[in-house]
Amino acid sequence: MAIKVYGSMISTATLRVLLCLAEKDLDYELIFIDLATGEHKSPHMLSNNPFGQIPAFEDGDIKLIESRAIMQYIVRKYADKGTELMSSDPKKMAEQSVWMEVESQKFEPATTKLIWELCMKRFLFGKKGDDAVVAELLPALGRLLDVYEARLSESKYLGGDGFSLADLYHVPVIKFLTEAETKMKKLFHARPHVSAWVTDVLSRPACLKVFCKHAYCKGG
Amino acid sequence: MVVKVYGSIRAACPQRVLACLLEFGVDFELINVDLDSNEHKQPEFLQKQPFGQVPVIEDGDFRLFESRAIMRYYARKYADRNPKLYGTTLDEKALVDQWLEVEAHHFNDMVYTIVLQKLVIPKMGGKPDLALVQNCEKKLEKVFDIYEQQLSKNRYLAGDCFTLADLSHLPGIRYLINEAELGHMVKEKKNVNSWWCDISNRVAWKKVMQLME
Repeated sequence: MAIKVYGSMISTATLRVLLCLAEKDLDYELIFIDLATGEHKSPHMLSNNPFGQIPAFEDGDIKLIESRAIMQYIVRKYADKGTELMSSDPKKMAEQSVWMEVESQKFEPATTKLIWELCMKRFLFGKKGDDAVVAELLPALGRLLDVYEARLSESKYLGGDGFSLADLYHVPVIKFLTEAETKMKKLFHARPHVSAWVTDVLSRPACLKVFCKHAYCKGG
Repeated sequence: MVVKVYGSIRAACPQRVLACLLEFGVDFELINVDLDSNEHKQPEFLQKQPFGQVPVIEDGDFRLFESRAIMRYYARKYADRNPKLYGTTLDEKALVDQWLEVEAHHFNDMVYTIVLQKLVIPKMGGKPDLALVQNCEKKLEKVFDIYEQQLSKNRYLAGDCFTLADLSHLPGIRYLINEAELGHMVKEKKNVNSWWCDISNRVAWKKVMQLME
């Protein structure tokens, strides 16, 4: 198979790429990399990604790392397939680009430690997260979601009228966090426009397809 | 009509945008936002940029924020003026995006933390977290090791031509060398040092440095 993704279903970055492929109706082979045993830092994987992270991606001769770069490549190459995930109009594309950067530069830093405490500790080691760390991080995420609430009260999706990469970038983290813990679910659903957007993006057919297709470890 | 760039010439993200505009020959007007007096957190500015950060650009009625989104917009708009800056083929564009992501996540996160702890917090009268700084410096060394490898195979990060991926590093490396006094990280690595000498001598970046004076 031409498209290969080296990654894991417990990795939000891997899931981002898989969701993009699903939105584009593209077939791929997922080659499982076991984070629990440190396989992502093995010499073999370091030759795919010198930063020792997943996913790594191949499409025929091209090899790429960094989920957001991979997704932009998929969207350009397969522009005529599946969902349109970036507009061809330069100004609309730029607007989508802004909110893609917001996810990358603001949402990700605000949620990385929360994902670690509430999800990864459980998935990898069967351990419970540190409630104090989580409590300390919630206010900043709340303030960020206030900006999202204002944006989504003016625009159906983050990047504009249509679903785009700007929304898709957020999906794996939102899915993991809202399923992990009631306080997180409340945080997202306390804001009406954010709540409607979360419900919308998580119920997309591509989302349901990816999360049902593979053995999805929810942890205990 | 010139592009209005709201920001401070001393801040990294506006510098990134200005370097990009200069590379594409786009005329601009820099409108100073006084970060020291918290102008960027005032209601008037928050109307332009809801996260209270610089830069923001206004191109007629069209407004954008996030420096890397702004760069990509102008790279697409003026591709014919400098096609190599964002790649011409699908594969070239993908590699530019890949190294832009590397800059944004692996490089910038470390530099940002170092600058915050070593420069901004002490300036505000706070106590820096030196253990965090040390941790970031170690991680940054490893990032530069990877760059050293990459630059042994290619003249620039994404291939044989200077691209947005290289440009995006200019403000951060300038900070590291000057205010943060960590220039050894660049100078001790043969390929990284050659690369830095090359990209920091570009006409566009030199013009940004002149504006700083």
